[in-house]
Amino acid sequence: MSTIVSLPDQSTAALPKRNYINNEHGLLSWLLTGDHKRIGMLYLLSITAFFFLGGAFAGLVRLELLTPAGDLLAADTYNKMFTMHGIVMIFLFLVPSVPATLGNFFIPIMIGAKDLAFPRINLLSWYLYMAGGVFTLSALVLGGVDTGWTFTTPLSTHYLNTHVVTTGLAIFIAGFSSIFTGLNFIVTIHRMRAPGMTWFRMPLFVWSNYAASILMVLGTPVLAIAVVLVALERTVGIGVFDPARGGDPLLFQHLFWFYSHPAVYIMILPGMGVISEVIATFSRKRPFGYTAVAFSSVAIAVFGFFVWEHHMFIMGVSNYSALVFSLLTMLVAVPSAIKIFNWSATLYKGSITFETPMLYAFGFIGLFTIGGLTGVFLGSLGMDIHLTETYFIVAHFHFVMVGGMLMAFLAGVHFWWPKMTGRMYPESISKLAAVTTFIGFILTFFPQFILGYLGMPRRYHAYPADYQVLNVLSTAGATVLGVGYLLPIIYLAWSLKYGEIAGSNPWQATGLEWQLQSPPLTENFTEIPYVDHEAYDFEWLAHKQKQEVTTVG
Amino acid sequence: MDNAIAATHHGDLHDEHEHVHLPQHRHHFETEEQQREAASFGMWLFLLTEIMFFGGLFMAYLLYRNWYNPAFVAASHTLSIKLGAINTGILITSGFFMAMAVWAAETRQREKLVAFLGLTNVAGIAFLVVKYFEYAEKWHDSHVPGLRFSIADFAHLGVDMAQKTQIYYSLYFAMTGMHALHMIIGIVLIFWYMVRANRGEFTEGYVAPIENFGLYWHFVDIVWIFLFPLLYLIDLGAK
Ligand code: HEM
Ligand SMILES: [Cu+2]
Repeated sequence: MSTIVSLPDQSTAALPKRNYINNEHGLLSWLLTGDHKRIGMLYLLSITAFFFLGGAFAGLVRLELLTPAGDLLAADTYNKMFTMHGIVMIFLFLVPSVPATLGNFFIPIMIGAKDLAFPRINLLSWYLYMAGGVFTLSALVLGGVDTGWTFTTPLSTHYLNTHVVTTGLAIFIAGFSSIFTGLNFIVTIHRMRAPGMTWFRMPLFVWSNYAASILMVLGTPVLAIAVVLVALERTVGIGVFDPARGGDPLLFQHLFWFYSHPAVYIMILPGMGVISEVIATFSRKRPFGYTAVAFSSVAIAVFGFFVWEHHMFIMGVSNYSALVFSLLTMLVAVPSAIKIFNWSATLYKGSITFETPMLYAFGFIGLFTIGGLTGVFLGSLGMDIHLTETYFIVAHFHFVMVGGMLMAFLAGVHFWWPKMTGRMYPESISKLAAVTTFIGFILTFFPQFILGYLGMPRRYHAYPADYQVLNVLSTAGATVLGVGYLLPIIYLAWSLKYGEIAGSNPWQATGLEWQLQSPPLTENFTEIPYVDHEAYDFEWLAHKQKQEVTTVG
Repeated sequence: MDNAIAATHHGDLHDEHEHVHLPQHRHHFETEEQQREAASFGMWLFLLTEIMFFGGLFMAYLLYRNWYNPAFVAASHTLSIKLGAINTGILITSGFFMAMAVWAAETRQREKLVAFLGLTNVAGIAFLVVKYFEYAEKWHDSHVPGLRFSIADFAHLGVDMAQKTQIYYSLYFAMTGMHALHMIIGIVLIFWYMVRANRGEFTEGYVAPIENFGLYWHFVDIVWIFLFPLLYLIDLGAK
């Protein structure tokens, strides 16, 4: 029989006396912790802070674009703003967002382990992340960077006199943080599963983080070497990318995108995992085609390594290779489509309820689908030549990453908030926030598809007056979106003190994490569980609850 | 953290437990075997990331070698095969000492472990000394791109191709420099392991750190085993 620890229903309406939060006291006990849950919370706090910092830069960029003239920011400052926006959002928010926070907190619990395999390396990852953040900020304080987040050579090595090396160092360090996180996840998932927790009993969230971890471990070092070479070229003047010495700037592009295309899947895969959990829980059904969804994560990870050149179509790669990469790019769409189909099939005839996480999940599916489809446009050679470096690209990747990933992140934070803190967030205002976010998002980014199609290029601080109406819409949307993001901060903080006590399983979900008290004990399980059912076995849950009622009653 | 777990899980049972825990056993692992496997698996994964890291450099090398073959041939002839070969010998020896150190840890011989770690370190340092002389020679010949470079030695290639030798040297310094950096990290770690080994930490059955460090050291050796022929030997016959 299963020996999962389940506490009787929280009718006493108090948080468990002993849990991972109150187990030890003082700031130091947090800063030196080895507990994956506490580290997850540290990440949640710091990543949120960087998100709002990146958001502030975005705000400035959008304000500048309110009028056709470049009147608010000088061209140079504008370049620094969108560069900082990109760097902070990609490397300090999107890459670590779900894995480092929710993944850290829940992966060990979901597979029935007491911690990640290497708790101290896990803590080190957080410090590396913070160091990366501090270096990024210092680059900003010293005067900023204006290469764009892609560090394109020879722009970055020879023509721009800004703090490329400092920022490169920041990315190098943050990169090691994500390498160690990925490594820790892979080892944990391979070696720390509880007895009975077979690969195909694992929640899809674990699968998708596993796939993302493979990408982190294989891709990030290539980015690391690329930034090292850029730094060496700037400081001592070796000439690997310098055309004047026969070096090839395109080589940088190959190295950079070899990481950075897979990186978009590092960003999106864990989000897809969240969506799978949320949809299964709130339609009370086993995800349709569980195995296909699990394998599609791995397939995305593998294919993700073979498409990088689609970022270089207009940079002088050969027609032949462009053709091959165009085809391969289309192939990646297949496993993503499998996920969308299977989520829809799961919803079909499920008993759906619309709690806040579910609203965000619907937002994810809608926006990600639009983002993905426009990706297929871009993957087609001819279209790409018209659309690339216009606002169409900007809209495309914001639909995927902001519409997709950020929605998933918020879905996940709401979904697991009761477990992490022991308290519920206020229901109606959180729904309002979800809807506000969605509307704000569409208003911000949809006009950009049109702008791009009409030919407005990205990365300029002034534009012809014809484009103003759409730009005003977009800036207005960004304001609404900003409100949508601020609301959760306020009510989630409020709920820490005043939220209703959640109890161990407020959503009647099936995962192991919901069988523990909320918030869980430091050691997760007093006794390692024996797992005799699949992750989404709702019948098992019903059966178990009936038993409890009989024993209690 | 360990205390908290001890209080609920192992703590009260510790005495009746069938086997004695090593002090290094961390309580989120169910068994020591699991801990050892996890550590070794983690190390292999880390080495995989290292392969990807050097892989970028090797890719660049092969690409440019293909494009600028005459420059690469000429530049590689200026390297000292003698020093390179000596260093290869030194590294292979150090690899042997490292293997012996692992053996000493596994057979619980504290003094031998410390001694072999020491010998490994001596070899590692010797390698860096030789490397220093090689770099000094490059500096003297003005073969250091960016800082001190002249194409005088390669005039016979024509100015254009002679310029391309800079790429060869850029890669030479990047690759051997990265390798040397790995050696330095290894040497620092060995000093630390020697102190701990001297306290008897690794000769009571807890050998995972030494085993895993051994993997790292061998990996660094192997990188050199690729670098030596690629940078020094490959154009031996060409002129
Ligand atoms: C899965 C999540 C995805 C994310 C996070 C993502 C993100 C991005 C980003 C950040 C860029 C901008 C690169 C730049 O600044 O130049 C980009 C461009 C591109 N994306 Fe995506 N993308 C995703 C999915 C897709 C899909 C499914 C496809 C195709 C089927 C696709 C095709 C492309 C192409 C071809 C470009 C290059 C456009 C150009 O610069 O010419 N993407 N994507
Ligand atoms: Cu891509």
